[in-house]
Order: sequence, then C-alpha cells, then structure tokens
Amino acid sequence: MDIATLAFSALYQFGDAFAFLVLSACGLAVIFGMMGVINLAHGEFIMCGAYVTAATVHAGLPLPLGILCGTLASAFVGVLVELLVIRHLYERPLDTIVATWGLSLIATQGTLILVGSTMAGVGTPFGSFQVGAYSYSIYRIVLFVAALAVLAALYALFNWTRFGVLARATIQVPHMAAALGVDTRLIYSLTFACGAGLAGLAGGLYAPTMTLVPTMGATFIMEAFVTVVIGGADVFLGTAPAGGILAIVKSGMTSWQGQLFGQIGLLIAVIIVVRVLPKGISGFVLRERT
Amino acid sequence: MTGLVSLFRRLEGPQTLGRGPAFWALFALVLAGALAYPLFSDGYTVGNTVYFFVWVFIALSLSLIWGYGGSLSFGQTAFFGIAGYGYGILTINFGAAYGFTWIALLLAIGMAALVAALLGYFMFFGRIAGVFLGIVTLAVTLMLERFMAQTAGPEWRIGAARLNGFNGMSAMPPLTIPWFGGPIPLFADVGLYYVVLAMLVLVYLGLRILMNSSFGNVIVAIRENPERAEMLGYDIRKYQLITFVIGAALAGLSGVLYTVWGQYITPSSMGMTAASLPLIWVAVGGRSDLTATVIGTLVVLSGFQALTIYGSQYALVFMGVLLVLTVLIAPNGLVLGVIKGITKLVTRRKQEAA
Repeated sequence: MDIATLAFSALYQFGDAFAFLVLSACGLAVIFGMMGVINLAHGEFIMCGAYVTAATVHAGLPLPLGILCGTLASAFVGVLVELLVIRHLYERPLDTIVATWGLSLIATQGTLILVGSTMAGVGTPFGSFQVGAYSYSIYRIVLFVAALAVLAALYALFNWTRFGVLARATIQVPHMAAALGVDTRLIYSLTFACGAGLAGLAGGLYAPTMTLVPTMGATFIMEAFVTVVIGGADVFLGTAPAGGILAIVKSGMTSWQGQLFGQIGLLIAVIIVVRVLPKGISGFVLRERT
Repeated sequence: MTGLVSLFRRLEGPQTLGRGPAFWALFALVLAGALAYPLFSDGYTVGNTVYFFVWVFIALSLSLIWGYGGSLSFGQTAFFGIAGYGYGILTINFGAAYGFTWIALLLAIGMAALVAALLGYFMFFGRIAGVFLGIVTLAVTLMLERFMAQTAGPEWRIGAARLNGFNGMSAMPPLTIPWFGGPIPLFADVGLYYVVLAMLVLVYLGLRILMNSSFGNVIVAIRENPERAEMLGYDIRKYQLITFVIGAALAGLSGVLYTVWGQYITPSSMGMTAASLPLIWVAVGGRSDLTATVIGTLVVLSGFQALTIYGSQYALVFMGVLLVLTVLIAPNGLVLGVIKGITKLVTRRKQEAA
C-alpha cells in the first residue's frame, strides 16, 4: 500500500469520526451554549429523528425529504418539551438534567412498547467506491459534508439573521433583552426547538447507517457529551475544534486498538482536558482574546 | 468518655430531620419491628427484603453527594459495579476460607474508593462543578458498562475469574462467617438479613453523626454557596473530594452486597437504566435528608417491584413520569415534603393547645 492510499484511509476515518462527533453534538451544544441546559434526552431526540425518517421513507418519500420530516418532528417535540417541562426549570439547571433524564426513560421505554424492540431500517444510499485495496462508502463522505454544512448554517443563523441577534442578546443579558422588547420566552423556545431539530437531523442522517432500536440514542450521547464538555459553551469556537481534536484521537485509537479503545481514548481525553481547561476550548480561546 | 458523648450528641442536628425522644422512640419501634420481622415471615420473603436494603446504601451515597454536597453524580453505579466485580474476582480467586470474604468486601470497597479518588481529583481540582460533573461521571459509567460488556472472550480473565462479557460473573461465594463448628455462609436468607440490617443501621447513624459534625456543615455550606465557603477559608476541593470518596465507598458497599445477595453481577447493573433508578428513589424521597432518602428508597423500590410484576413494560415509563413530576412539583422530594408538612401541623397543634 502506498502513502497516498494510506493517507486517504486515515483522512476518511478522520472525516467519519468528525462528522459523527459534530452532528451528534451540535444540537446539545446549541441548547447548552445558549441556555445552560443540559438535555439528557438528547439521544432520544436523535432516536425520534431516525424513527420518523425511517417511517416516512417506508411510506414512500425520498430519503432527503424523510430526513427533513425527521428534523421537523424532533423540533416539534422539542417545543412541546420546552413548554411542558424545561420552561419551569430555568432557575435550577441541575434539575433540568434530572427531568430530561426522566424524559429519556419515558421515551426509550415508550418507544419500546409502542414500536417494538426494533424497526426496519433504511438502506445506505449511493453505494461505495474503491481506493487502493479498500472500498469506502460514499454516504460517509456525504455525512462529512453535511457536518460542515450544519456548522456553516449555524454560523449564518446566529450571526446574520434577526433571530440570531435576538438570541445572542437574550443569552448575554436576559433581562436587558427583555427590557428592550425581546420576547425572551419565545427565543428560549425557538432555541430549544433548534437544538432538538439538529438532534433529529443527526438521527435522520445516521438512520441509513445503523440498526433502529429504542436505545440507539445511547450510542450518540457519550460522544455528544464529550464533545460539548471539551468544546465548552460556544458552538463555533468550541464544538467544531473539539470535534476535530477528538476525531483525531478517536480515529487514531480506533484504527490502532479497535472501536472500544477509540471511546476509551475519548474518555481519557475529556478527563485530562477538564483538568487543564475547565471551561473547554471556547472558554480558553475567549479568555486569550480578552 | 466525653468524646463519646459529644459524638452521640451529633446524632441530632440541623442537617438531619428528627430529634427528641419522640423521634428516637419511633426509631426504636421501627428497628424492633425490623428485628422481629423474620420471625413472622418465610426465608424467601426475608431474602427479598434484603434486596431492598442493599439498594439503600447506594441511595444514601447519592443523598450524601447530591443532596448534601450539591454535586450530581451519575458515577455511583460505576462504583457499585467496580466493587461488585472486585468482590467477585477476589473471592473466586482466593475462596471463602478464614473469613476472607470480609477482607474481600473491604478490598472491593477500597477499589471503588480508589477509583473515586482518582476521578474526583481530576474533577474537583479541575473545578468541574454543576452540570459538567454529571456529564463526566455519566460518561465514565457508560464507558465502564461498554468495557465490561465486551469482555466475553476467554482472554478476559483475572486469575481464575472469567469476566464473561454481557452475561456477567456468577457463582462467587457468599459472605461467610468463620466459626468454630465450621464456617457459616450467609445466603439470601435470615442470616444475611440481620447482617445487612446491622450495617444499614450503623451506616445511617454514622452518616447522621458525620452530617451534623463540622465536616457535614461545611459540605452543606459548599452546596449553598461555594464561593462563600471558600472565602471563609475552607479548601472546598478537598471537602468535595472526601465526600465523593465516602459516597463511592457506600455505593461500593451496595455493589458488594448486591453481588453477595444474588451471587452474580452483570455489566447492565452499570447501564443507563441502572444509573437512573437510584436517582429516582433519592429525588422522589427527598435528597437533602437521610431519613427521607431511606424511606423514599424503600417505598419507591417496593412500588416499582409491584409494578414490574403487574405491568412489566410500563414500570419504567411510570418511574420516568414520577421523576419528571417530582422535579416539577416537589423539587425537594415527596417524602421530605410530607414529613415537613406533618411536623408543621404537629407544632401548630401544640401552639394552639398552649
């Protein structure tokens, strides 16, 4: 095997890990960074997106439309959850963890009861291509592009739109924003819906690549949490670079020792990073800048 | 002698509910009832009751770290598992002779405490607090479950003990009391019941003393306002670390007793669901008080078991609903709320009479 195919293989694995980390963490990072709420039901929003995507594809819609339906369904559930539960707990951040944990239990077990222990999956589209001795899935490349597109879209949303300006104002000084006539409750609802929708998008995008079971959210949340912890509160200064660094750790450890050690590498990375940079990468960058 | 008296005086104090002759009379009554209970019941039911008691220790550990210390930890189940596996590995390798099971119990708890000390050092000295603490401990727990679940192959063995992957370890010897007429193994029966009950009473009273001592007051002060506690000259990182380690040891005791009770331990005892259950008992009971935690755990656990018998699938959904509603409606816990309500009513009656 020559250097070029080896480099491509490493790059491909890095891209795959990066896409997984960023896509699964984005929704969590938006909700945490903007609202300080840790959504332990994040994995179940992902599951919701994946299930709705699969169901609509089975009903005959093309996959991209199915993913859109999954995203919207998750965002809708997010609005409901915010209205019924999260809204009452903004003063008590630790309690939001406990409450969303309860929601996650309800969602997992409820799905198991309603849909059954497994759901028919969706085939991975696009097929594969050959580089050197190995074949690679084209869909994984699509996922990597999707991760970059999501980051770009979020940047545009929070920097160039009216909603973005209002949201950032609300996050910085809530009562000042309210005094200036911003409906902060609405902003919080929309932000939560946005985070839930991103989780649904991640679920929809990964639905063709994995088996759909009620506990599938658990495969995402550890990676998502680790990325958010290392990244800190800011999506662009935190989640994206954290995704990059962790992807190197994960793909390196995985190709060296296997999947489990990739995850153990992530865990060790997070424990060391929290000791050195308690506010994550974005906290470090922002402190350097001031 | 005066030291001992002042120690006993700490059984009552501002950090624990219940004081005065009335409370201790009730305590003695409940204890007498618990002691007499095996006389009126059969061995199987008594063994089942031990199962409830086993979980109280992990609930108390969560109450200590979360309710009193103010740091939410999902790591208790990890320490539970570490100690459980530790006991299994030690006793399968070294047997049960000469009272070794008791040394294994202590060593297994020590292992859990050691892991907690390491992890706690990185977290508390990195000044991780609030929601991040929860996430890091949760990640550790899930990681440990995944790690143990993939140890199915024959290469995963420590001495004579196979780890057995998802099926877990089994057939470790029960706790055994060395005796002159031959050792007495404690199976899930009346013997184990009395041993665990004694441990439970000791731990409960010990924690009451600890929480009402100056150490406990500092822990509560840190929960209420970490900055202020620090300004008053306490190194809050050390206090938090010590609390975390004590909590891990209690969770470890729970894990060892669980392993002893059923003579098996599986990775799923460290999974998401397993981690959520102690949280539910403690939250519903009332996390900031030891007595409320004990009562809440026993009530919710027996309710959960009854539900599992009649509507197995829906039990977990019901638990989730219970947790969400508790957080929304009675953030301090249902049992604690009821106890406080009754106390208020009684004092008002007294005032009216006077």
